[in-house]
Amino acid sequence: MATVASSKSITVTVNGTTYEREVPARKLLIHFLRDDLDLTGSHIGCDTGNCGACSVIVDGTLVKSCMMLAVQADGATIETVEGLAEDGELNELQRSFNEHHALQCGYCTPGMLMSATALLRANPSPSEQEIRKALQGNICRCTGYWNIIEAVKAVAK
Amino acid sequence: MLLREVEYVKPSSVAEAIELLVENEGARALAGGQTLINVMKARAASPDALVDLNGLEELKGIDLAPDGTLTIGAMTTYSEIVASAEAKARPILGEVCAQIADVQVRNRGTIGGNICSNDPTNHLPPLVTAVGARMTILGRDGERVVSAEEFFLGVYMTAVGPGELLTRVTIPAGKGDGFAAVTLGVDGTCIANAAASIQDGSLRVALGCVDAVPVLLRPESADADAVREAVRAAGLEPPSDVHASSEYRRHLAEVLAVRAAAQAAERAGG
Repeated sequence: MATVASSKSITVTVNGTTYEREVPARKLLIHFLRDDLDLTGSHIGCDTGNCGACSVIVDGTLVKSCMMLAVQADGATIETVEGLAEDGELNELQRSFNEHHALQCGYCTPGMLMSATALLRANPSPSEQEIRKALQGNICRCTGYWNIIEAVKAVAK
Repeated sequence: MLLREVEYVKPSSVAEAIELLVENEGARALAGGQTLINVMKARAASPDALVDLNGLEELKGIDLAPDGTLTIGAMTTYSEIVASAEAKARPILGEVCAQIADVQVRNRGTIGGNICSNDPTNHLPPLVTAVGARMTILGRDGERVVSAEEFFLGVYMTAVGPGELLTRVTIPAGKGDGFAAVTLGVDGTCIANAAASIQDGSLRVALGCVDAVPVLLRPESADADAVREAVRAAGLEPPSDVHASSEYRRHLAEVLAVRAAAQAAERAGG
């Protein structure tokens, strides 16, 4: 039978790099990414699961990394905002955010990008309503939603 | 936020999960974690250990029997229910799951977690009550099946006892269902909600957010006056909070019950 433990050795692949780390059970995935792996692109906004700034893609599924334990990511493949750029160049979605002025303070942007990435993979031609529904879990306190939706629309096929 | 010290274990079978829950007093089952991890941050819950149910395939999946009965594994996520062709046999399930929070939460949150947490503002306790779902609870000594009326015991309390797990939710065939809610923003937390279902000509309405457990009513018909009368006769004394006074919640319960019943009647007749 498996035994309970206060820490666990985990292996995760983040943006193509595999890491092996011993992590306490109480550590949230967002803290593991930011503090242990120094991947500070994913932000902590509310820390209560509401704002979506910590959104990352785990095994192809969009999640809020403040509502998942790092130990639960053992064996997982994780994508964060740092993995979006291709060969050091912003990808099409990131360029579209830039061109449409879809970021003001920029704090929510990593989460917005990951949610939009997950949407466009599942549905390359989303309607405006589908874009709004897909970004519902991401809060922009600059309230710059309009341009964010425009930026996603512009890369929809 | 740093959680209080907690231990963790990932069992490889449901039987092992039960043993771990029995052997470790103070351990709790971790389902999708979209409620539990947050209440742990707030120290509103401080389990000594978490038994992670993620990855237990035995607890996942949606099965549609030839007679239309749906059996949904407790660890099936809202997103899986929304996307499931089988679950469309009872369309209200996917429709309500698609209204819970947001994509990220729906991707991890589970039907079992939603009803086992039995937060009075949750969507699914009234829904499973209205549609007459039956819950299968597994413990060391075997399993038992309980109705929704027997399942929900109090705020955050259900018939799932220490050392036990909800394994699946069984929903009979039907299509005459309705749901209505007033929420904090689109798809937000419910201020009040109501689910309704017509089965063999008889109507069941379950009200959420107005008491510790869903309030089940059996109005004589889906006619608005009959539904209003049934809600009034229930003598509700809903809680007051920053979002709504007790009186306003009582008013919403009536309005939402009428809407849900009308939707159920329309679909039952169609």
